[in-house]
Amino acid sequence: MTARTAKMVEGAESRISSQPTADDLEKGSSLWSDAWHRLKRNRLAMISLFIFFGIVLFCVIGPFFSPHDAQEQDLLKGALGPSAQHWFGTDTLGRDLMVRTMEGGRISLLVGLVATLVALAIGVIYGATAGYLGGRVDAVMMRIVDTLYALPFTIFVILLMVAFGRSLWLIFVAIGAVEWLSMARIVRAGVIGLKKQEFVEAAVSLGYSHSRIIVRHLIPNVLGPVIVIATLTVPAVMLLEAFLSFLGLGVQPPNASWGVLINEGQQNMDIYPWLLILPAFFFALTLFTLNFLGDGLRDALDPKSSKD
Amino acid sequence: MQSAASNPFRILIASLMLCLSLAACGERQRETDTAAQEGILLVGNGSEPKSIDPHLVTGVPENKIIQALIEGLIAYHPDDDTKPAPGVAESWEHNDDYTVWTFKLRDNAKWTNGDPVVAGDFVYSWQRILTPALGAEYAETLYVIENALAFHQGQIKDFSQVGVKALDDHTLEVRLKGPTPHFLLMLKHYSFYPVNRKVVEEFGGMADRQSGWSTVENYVGNGPFKIKEWNTNDFLEVERNPDYWDADKVALNGIRFFPIENLNTEFTAFQGGRLHVTNNTIPADRIPRLREENSEALRIDPYLGTYFYRLNVTRKPFDDPRVREALSLAIDRNLIVERVSQGGQTPATGFVPDGIPGYATADAVSYDPKRAKQLLAEAGYADGKGFPKAEILINTSENHRKIAEAIQAMWREKLGIDVGIFNQEWKVYLDSQSSLNYDISRSGWIADYVHPMTFLEIFTAGNGNNDTGWENAEYDGLIRQAQTARSEEARTNLMQQAEAILIKELPVVPIYWYTSPRLIDPRVKGWKPKLIDNRPYKYLSIASN
Amino acid sequence: MTRFIITRIIQGLVVLLAIYALTFVLVALTPGSPFSTERAIRPEILAQIEAFYGYDRPPLERFWTSLTNALQGEFGPSAVYANRSVTDIIGEAFPVSLMLGSISLIVALGIGIPAGIVAAVKRNTWLDYLPMSASMVGICLPTFVLGPILVLIFGIGLQILPVSGWGAPEFIILPAATLGLFYAAYFARLTRGGMLEMLNQDFVRTAQAKGVPQTTIVWKHCLKGGLIPAITFLGPALAGIIAGSFVVETIFQIPGLGQWFVKGALNRDDFLILGLTVLFAALIVMMNLLVDIIQVALNPRLKYEK
Repeated sequence: MTARTAKMVEGAESRISSQPTADDLEKGSSLWSDAWHRLKRNRLAMISLFIFFGIVLFCVIGPFFSPHDAQEQDLLKGALGPSAQHWFGTDTLGRDLMVRTMEGGRISLLVGLVATLVALAIGVIYGATAGYLGGRVDAVMMRIVDTLYALPFTIFVILLMVAFGRSLWLIFVAIGAVEWLSMARIVRAGVIGLKKQEFVEAAVSLGYSHSRIIVRHLIPNVLGPVIVIATLTVPAVMLLEAFLSFLGLGVQPPNASWGVLINEGQQNMDIYPWLLILPAFFFALTLFTLNFLGDGLRDALDPKSSKD
Repeated sequence: MQSAASNPFRILIASLMLCLSLAACGERQRETDTAAQEGILLVGNGSEPKSIDPHLVTGVPENKIIQALIEGLIAYHPDDDTKPAPGVAESWEHNDDYTVWTFKLRDNAKWTNGDPVVAGDFVYSWQRILTPALGAEYAETLYVIENALAFHQGQIKDFSQVGVKALDDHTLEVRLKGPTPHFLLMLKHYSFYPVNRKVVEEFGGMADRQSGWSTVENYVGNGPFKIKEWNTNDFLEVERNPDYWDADKVALNGIRFFPIENLNTEFTAFQGGRLHVTNNTIPADRIPRLREENSEALRIDPYLGTYFYRLNVTRKPFDDPRVREALSLAIDRNLIVERVSQGGQTPATGFVPDGIPGYATADAVSYDPKRAKQLLAEAGYADGKGFPKAEILINTSENHRKIAEAIQAMWREKLGIDVGIFNQEWKVYLDSQSSLNYDISRSGWIADYVHPMTFLEIFTAGNGNNDTGWENAEYDGLIRQAQTARSEEARTNLMQQAEAILIKELPVVPIYWYTSPRLIDPRVKGWKPKLIDNRPYKYLSIASN
Repeated sequence: MTRFIITRIIQGLVVLLAIYALTFVLVALTPGSPFSTERAIRPEILAQIEAFYGYDRPPLERFWTSLTNALQGEFGPSAVYANRSVTDIIGEAFPVSLMLGSISLIVALGIGIPAGIVAAVKRNTWLDYLPMSASMVGICLPTFVLGPILVLIFGIGLQILPVSGWGAPEFIILPAATLGLFYAAYFARLTRGGMLEMLNQDFVRTAQAKGVPQTTIVWKHCLKGGLIPAITFLGPALAGIIAGSFVVETIFQIPGLGQWFVKGALNRDDFLILGLTVLFAALIVMMNLLVDIIQVALNPRLKYEK
């Protein structure tokens, strides 16, 4: 789905005004440890954190312990239900579904993380620059963001994927290119709030260069909301990847992401239910945990809403 | 205040509950039942028709609809695609060498606007499709007519020099550029269909691609049905045409065509009682289960087409015939047909599909991994060592992907070579294939009419559909001779020699011959298996229970 | 206010123009043509067709022609579907999408807002976790899984709802539920955040100290402010549903706009792509403007500037 997380971040924007001052930054440990304490109180977020790491471990390390190879197929053993030999059963071409789920997880998580990092990198630098420089530059830069926002994602991504061939990297870039917009907006709002604070003015009077001020002083101070948004972007990206798989524009066969596996499973769910249930379970669980983690982080990193 | 604010939610929840309970009151009346009682056939028809103008369409879904709306000189035979059935022409004759054909038109054929269908309509229509400015994609099929090519390419401006003439209102004479015994079969194709002169002229004239004549309001046809309603992406409905000359024979009161592209959506629509007949494929993985259940609805008909892989012979290592043969020998076609495509397809033994009367197709393609390995070693890639990086190009589709994955694994296992799979979106795939920008490319070819020539002529040098870079003078010579051969035996002989060359050289690796698996409501009567998937709707009927 | 609106409209028009140009370039760079078919077309026939649609002109000239036509509200013919102009296609599909979108939004709001309110009030208890988890089902499973599951249960299993199709009211229920569930999570999260913020305001504490009942505080003092983020999201959500419901439209065979976004791009139907892009952009621009106005109306402390 074309999830537009855009407006969701309004709340985060408005909260940034209560970001730490320069003093806070120097004793930053207290801010982060406070947040950690608050996060620990959120049972759901903590459970999510553990489950998420469990899934990551399962996908990353799992294939090394499996007797099967993700590409080894036996057409005569196609679409068999779970058994002692194949715990998750086999897919229609007789490949071990467990290994494919693990390797699919690697790809989906990789897409989620890398695309988010791409979005993060572009968004943070762009947003901070616009916010810090302000005035005309800001106006022009933000109009560009507005313009890109109003571009229909579906057409944009299809044309991009079609025009530039298809590799995993392109998926990162295509999705990252869509998701950086909201990041840029949040970071800009945060930076505008911080700009007038004393520690920034002090840095300016010391003659530091713009880029140094942006990188060393501004960006670290907007990290809180950025982390929150990043955590919530990962599941959104994974969902986008699944959408691309539905269109057939996902990763190249015989590799398969969770999106590809789920799409395959969905088509035969009444006759070979395990083909859908097992990959979808891991996919949904990952998304659940990431969403809860994001919500928990937001609560934890937002001092205002935790006064109770 | 409190209650006021909570009210909207209560109302909403209450109304949702109401909706569900109303819906739960009873099982729904299935659309298929209602329609069957009304004598209306509900068919899945692939994608949204791009047009219903017979001279401008190129696709199968469009063809299916036009078959209901317009009738050509020759109609599709109810059960045998190798035979002509009378359409607008009630009789015909030809001279000894099949170059001059005379058609006697029936005098009770009428257009839906009341005009009689006359020989002049055909002259006008064929002039229209050959008019360069119209840019009709299939104008090429009329090149069999004398001087048609010259007119279409602008060397002749005067259409009367083209070999079609109305001797009188009910006699049409066609002169061909060479002997063509299967001309009658070609005439079934919609590019030869007539359009109504009056209406075409009224809405923009001969050369207007965007002419308004083919809209629902203005459409004039002469077929067993006429258009009733067309809701984009929803359905197109035709109803019985009382003025059709053979209207008494038409059993159905109407047909509703649903453009459902997604195979699973279509399958569900059939299960859910929205369709009587699905389009000509169903999701492969469902077929074994349907067979197990002995489903009454499952029908697997032959379908004259070949599924094959093109090899780009202009690229290494595919320029080496030994490599090509090795690749072909390492494919276990039986396994693919039984376990992957699963629709009762026949493993290909040659390029021209089996089943064309009078033509014995080649029996030379087989599975022999040992020999394959040996050939690959002879070509310098023992155990696949040093085999260049190569990719199978497929267009986006679940079935193509699975077959490619299966073949990829077979080649890895039997030959030790590791080819990739490259999935491209349709239009880019077409570009890549026609510009020879691929190593191996998944392809399919479906016959236009029941004749080996529709399969063999594409691999002649310079043919727009060759797309392999392969050229062979001997092959071209045999095909050229066959095209003008005076007797069908001589032609068959020449074509078989040509196919033998093709199979020896293997610029294409045949994989299987198509079938058309579909689901049909048992109430539908008169659905005969046919080589080409065109059924004259006038012979179909539906029982009301 | 008027000045603010006028400025925003002018800005919007500039955005539209930029998008038009950007899309034109993107489409021009994309390989494949609207006229390519599986069977090779002779080059001279292709040239005739291209000439008919003006593809034989230099790109700049084509851009100018199409832009000036678009400014007059004429986006040109579809290059793939004969006799249908882009305006026709949009005119037919837009009402369907609007209908589907509105009902889906009602479903999303009906689930998301109550869940968000309860979650905020009962923060960090199971009454927070449970409704939030329930509302998240829709963003944790792709719509192409959720849709078929609903079809399997209600259409094929229970046989109480149609499996696909469009026309009568009962056809809307399953697709709207699928889409609505997807957006419910967003509304729940936004409502929860908004409500939390309100609940932490000083005046709420004062009221609590004075002994005002919790329900009165929630309904009377916090709801209006707490819903602002959710209301703000309505506009973009509607635009998103209209353009992005391809999956649901495919699964349920609904003749809406979402299909055209994908078909247009896959067919390389230039004029259609341009028309759809402009439509979508215009929707977004309008929705954002509307959201800003509503925000100001709900919260007079905000100024008409940004």
